Amino acid sequence: MGLPLFPSGDDPGPSFAALLRRTDPTATLLPGLDASVAMPPVRHGTTVVALRYADGVIMAGDRRATEGHIIAHRAMEKVFPADRHSAVAIAGAAGPAVQMVRLFQTQLEHYEKVEGVALSLEGKANQLGQMVREHLPMAMQGLVVVPLFAGYDLARNMGRIYSYDVTGGHYEEADHAATGSGGRDARTTIKLGWHPGLGRDEGIELAVRALYEAADEDSATGGPDLIRGIFPMVATVTVDGYDTVSDTEVAERFGVLLERRRAGGGQS
Amino acid sequence: MTMPYYVAPEQVMKDRAEYAQKGIARGRSLVATVYDGGILMVAENPSRSLHKVSEIYDRIAFAGVGKYNEFDQLRVAGVRHADTKGFAFSREDVDARSLANLYAQFLGQVFTHEMKPLEVEVLVAELGTEARLDQLYHIAYEGTITDEDRFAVLGGETETITTRVAAAFVDGWDLDTALRGAVSSLAGPDRTLGADDLEVAVLARTTGRRAFRRLGVVELSERLAGPRRSGRGSRAAATPAPPDDDTK
Repeated sequence: MGLPLFPSGDDPGPSFAALLRRTDPTATLLPGLDASVAMPPVRHGTTVVALRYADGVIMAGDRRATEGHIIAHRAMEKVFPADRHSAVAIAGAAGPAVQMVRLFQTQLEHYEKVEGVALSLEGKANQLGQMVREHLPMAMQGLVVVPLFAGYDLARNMGRIYSYDVTGGHYEEADHAATGSGGRDARTTIKLGWHPGLGRDEGIELAVRALYEAADEDSATGGPDLIRGIFPMVATVTVDGYDTVSDTEVAERFGVLLERRRAGGGQS
Repeated sequence: MTMPYYVAPEQVMKDRAEYAQKGIARGRSLVATVYDGGILMVAENPSRSLHKVSEIYDRIAFAGVGKYNEFDQLRVAGVRHADTKGFAFSREDVDARSLANLYAQFLGQVFTHEMKPLEVEVLVAELGTEARLDQLYHIAYEGTITDEDRFAVLGGETETITTRVAAAFVDGWDLDTALRGAVSSLAGPDRTLGADDLEVAVLARTTGRRAFRRLGVVELSERLAGPRRSGRGSRAAATPAPPDDDTK
């Protein structure tokens, strides 16, 4: 591997994806496959949610991955830091989704280093949209990847959330979003519990509760696993940056939720 | 038909070296040194946006002197090399030694085969881990590569600056002492350099993944002022340096 230098008319600029296409075309996202070949079962990740709260945004995801009707993984991570001030969560075919996150993370850092300044939050959301769009041929064959993107906008001093569809279309959500197989149930739960100026504890509890309700209705979404000590993955993005909420804290919030359930005789 | 003149290869190389040295000497110098918490890089550079010191990867930094467009091209190539390698393999597999070798090969290639040598000197600094030591790779315009584990001086009049840094250098000095030592070595006895004339960055041994951090003007002037004078100017003591947002 030599020093990657390009003639000035043919320079890939600050785009890492363009650079990869020049240097190693096989390293990018998977190419479109032959539609006539039946796709074997692949791992799928399921429900992820994002919601705004007083200091920024909270993102959470369950930990289950499925392969058809089989539980393939019990402790999969679906929430990732995209860079210092943003987070990305994935639902859909796990292989291409994780690869997309890796490419997205590298792209944001690459741009920041080459250009000397980070992309705006809107710019980051657009970048992710382009990656989802490039993935469309694979999505048509069943390998759908649908991310959620959220971050703290340093220019506007507020948390912002973007949801996506398979075509790469992205839409800014006012207060909350959820996607994946249990997304509908999770969204309803958040919708009922959300209010402006939500505190941190309250917000984490609402996110955990949304995933709990989703797991209650959707077989592909994993609920909290008390025996193995596996809890949903929760992260916050504030003006100070991305931060993972510790398992102990999530377990504590979940404990509060359980207590309330028991007191209500199984109804919340 | 005119016959091409014969020029002895020794003469060609000498002329090219002289040309490159002159170009580099026109610019200002740069000092990099290890300190107890990492690696410090100090460049004389009045510009706030045209950087001489930059981030390449998690624990690797780049510094260049000479012609800006030439070393900036090398910097971008370094970022590209590191990011591609880290993406294809893993983040741990990106190391400064291989990048320094690539720079050395490229500079050597240009020096021998092109009309004009590059008028640059570059430094690749890597913050050590348990497995690797802190390392400073100094690559000269003709591709000579040297590795230092204490300090490196780049640019014109390196000899006098090197003597000054060598005199000031103390093994395991802290950031403020190292900074003042580097700045006074750059300035010499007849000049003083303030925060506005300097570009300073560190590779700091913290818990974070990305070790590179720039020292902003406010933090820099406080550190340069030293403990005695900052006590007198109460403002400096009352307001700690705000974290530099884009480099935290």
